[in-house]
Amino acid sequence: MISRHLLFGALVMLAISLGMGFYVWHMRGVSGTEFGEANPQSVAPPVSGPTEQVVLYVAYDDAGVLRPQASRIPLPEGRQQRAEELLRALLGLYLDKSSPHPLGTGSEVRNVYLVDPGLAVIDINSAFANSHRSGILVEELTVASLVQTLSANIPGITRVKILVDGKERDTLAGHADLTRFYDVAAVNQLAAQLQTAQ
Amino acid sequence: MPWSSDRLGGRPRESFGLPLVLVAVVVLSSRLLLFSTSSDEKRLSIYSTVANYSLPLSERNGQDYVVLLEVLDPLGTVTAKTEGNRWKVRSNDSEAEFIAGKKRVHIGRKGFDLPANFLLENGHGMVPLSSLPQILSRILGSPVTFHENSRRLFIGNAGVHFTAQVRKLSNPALVINFTAPVNPSIATEPGKLHMHFSHEALLPPASPVLTFDSKTIPSASYEESNGAAEITVTGNAPMFATFSDDRKTITVTAAPQTAAQTQSVPAAGAPATAAASSGAAPLRPVPSGTVSSAATAFGQRQYFAVVDASHGGDERGAALGDQLAEKDVTLAFARQIRQQLESRGITTLLLRDGDINLSIDQRASQTNSAHPAIYLGVHAASQGPGIRIYTALIPAGGESHGPFIAWDAAQAAFVSASQATAASVAVELRNKQISVRTLAAPLRPLNNLNTAAIALEIAPPGGKISDLTSPDYQQLVASTVAAGIVNARARLEAGP
Repeated sequence: MISRHLLFGALVMLAISLGMGFYVWHMRGVSGTEFGEANPQSVAPPVSGPTEQVVLYVAYDDAGVLRPQASRIPLPEGRQQRAEELLRALLGLYLDKSSPHPLGTGSEVRNVYLVDPGLAVIDINSAFANSHRSGILVEELTVASLVQTLSANIPGITRVKILVDGKERDTLAGHADLTRFYDVAAVNQLAAQLQTAQ
Repeated sequence: MPWSSDRLGGRPRESFGLPLVLVAVVVLSSRLLLFSTSSDEKRLSIYSTVANYSLPLSERNGQDYVVLLEVLDPLGTVTAKTEGNRWKVRSNDSEAEFIAGKKRVHIGRKGFDLPANFLLENGHGMVPLSSLPQILSRILGSPVTFHENSRRLFIGNAGVHFTAQVRKLSNPALVINFTAPVNPSIATEPGKLHMHFSHEALLPPASPVLTFDSKTIPSASYEESNGAAEITVTGNAPMFATFSDDRKTITVTAAPQTAAQTQSVPAAGAPATAAASSGAAPLRPVPSGTVSSAATAFGQRQYFAVVDASHGGDERGAALGDQLAEKDVTLAFARQIRQQLESRGITTLLLRDGDINLSIDQRASQTNSAHPAIYLGVHAASQGPGIRIYTALIPAGGESHGPFIAWDAAQAAFVSASQATAASVAVELRNKQISVRTLAAPLRPLNNLNTAAIALEIAPPGGKISDLTSPDYQQLVASTVAAGIVNARARLEAGP
C-alpha cells in the first residue's frame, strides 16, 4: 500500500518537472530571438515606414553629367544607418535595368563609417570596383555621386575615404584615385562643374 | 683573410648596402670625402679566385713596401719563422728564405735579387712592392698581373670584364653588364656619375674612353688609381644608377634634371620638388635662402613640356574595343603631340615611348625632376564626344609644413597655371570644332606634380572608336593641343 506521504512527494516532483520543462522551452525561444537580432545578415533595409525627402546626385553617362534628384526613401534613425541607406538607394538606381550610369552586377556598399570629426568612410565591395568601367569621366562620376550624395544629406561630413572590401585600393578602375581623402568642399565644386555638359 | 674594414685601416668607406635602386643624388662633399680619404694612404689591392683584399703600403727609403705575410695569409695556409736575420715563409708547399738587409732571396731552389733590400721589422718580413709579382708567381705557381701605377694585382684568372652600351628609349639609359656581381660606391657631380670599384677585380676595357651615340650620355671613361677602379659616366643631365640581374648589370638613366642638384626652386610659397624616386618619402626639404624666380628655374630647364602616355606594359587601361587598349591609343597620341610641340619649338620629353610599365610615382618623379613648364597626361576613352581636359582635384589633408611640401598636394600652387593652360587648349579645340570640356579630376599624378599639369581624355569625335586610331584625327588633336600650349607659353613661363 502506497503511503500518503509518498504519493504527495511524487505529485510535487511531477509538478516541478513540468514547470522546469516549460521554463526550458520558454528560454529556448527567447535565445533564438536574440540570436536572430544579433545576426547582421538578417538585417534588411526598411521597405516600409515613414519616408524622408533626400537629394541623390545621379550620374548620367550619355551627357556625362551629375544631376541632383529629389527622392523620398525610408530612412532609419541612426546617422550611420541613414548614410548606408542613402547610398544603397543611389546604387539601386544604378543597378536598375534603365540605369543612367550602369554598375556591374553585385555592386554593393558594404558599410559606411562615420568618424568624428567629419570623416566618412565608404566601403564598397570588390564586385563594385572590379566591374566598374574604366575611364576618367565615368569613374569620376561614380566617386562624385557617392561623395556628394552622402555629404548633401548627412550634415557634418568634410572628408570622405573610399575603401574596397575594407582595404585601400589605388584607383577605382584605373583612373579615379582612391588613395586619397576626398575634400567635400572640392567635390562640391566638382559636382557643380559636372552638372553642365560643357 | 676576407676583405674588411680593418684591412682598410678603418677609413670611411661609402657603402650603399642592399637596396637595389640607388638614386645617386649624393652631394659633391660626400664624394670628396669618399675619394680624398682614399688618396691619403697608399694601398695595394689584390684580386684572386680565393679572395679580393686591400693592404696598406709602407714607404722605406723611397720605396713602397708591403708586409709579405699579410699578402699570403688570405691566399692559403702560410707559416713563417725568424732565425736570426733570416726570415723563412712557407706557403702552398713552397718555401722562401729572405735575409734582412739583403736583396738576395731564395724561393725553392731558385734565387733572385729583389730591387731593394728585404726588411725585417718586429718579426714582419717586408718586401718591395715592385717585387711582389715575381715573389707571388713563384710561391703560388700562378700567373700574376700587376697594374703597377694603380697598385692592382691580379692572381690567376681573377678579373671582371664589362661591356657598356646605350639603350635608346624615351629616356636614354647606359647599360653596363659585368661578368660577376659588383657593388661599387656611387657618387655624382654635375654632369658626371662615378662608380668606384674598390674590391672588384674590374679589368680595363679595350679603350679607356667609351663613346656612345647619345646626346644625353655621350661617353664613359675607365681609370684606375690607388688600388681601385672607377667608371665615370658623362652626361648632359643628372643621372641615377639602378642595379639588376643579381648586381651584374648597372643601368645609368639620365633624368633631365634632378631635384637635388638644382638650386632653383619655385617662388616662396610654392611647392618644392617632390621625391625623386618611386617609393621615396613624399616630402622634401627646400634649403632656405635658395628661392629663385621662376624665370631662373626655366632658364635651367631642358624640356619645356613633358608628355605622358598613360598606362603601358601590364596596365592596359580601358578596353576601348575588342582589340584596342587605351595604352596603345595614348602612346600614339602622345607621340603625335610631342612631334607637334617640337615642330613649334617646344622641347618635349615623352615619358613613355614604348610598351613599358611605369608607375604613377615614377611618372611624377621623372616629371618633377625634369622641371618642365607643363605636363600633359594623355588618356583615351570610348565615350565621347571629343576631348575632356582635366586639372587636379586637390585631396583633403596634404598640409605643407614649412619647407616640406605634401606629396599629394604638390600641385596646389600650380592649379591656376594649370587651369589657364587647360582654357588655352580648350579655346584652340573649339576653334577646330572639336567638342571639349574642362573639369577637375581626382587623377594621379596631376596632384603630385610641381608644375602646371593637365590631362587629356581623348574620345572619338562621333562615337566611332576607329577614329581614335585615325592618323587624321590624331594629327588634328595633336596639332590643336600643341597650338594651345604655345598660346599658353607666356603664362606658363610666368610660373605659378
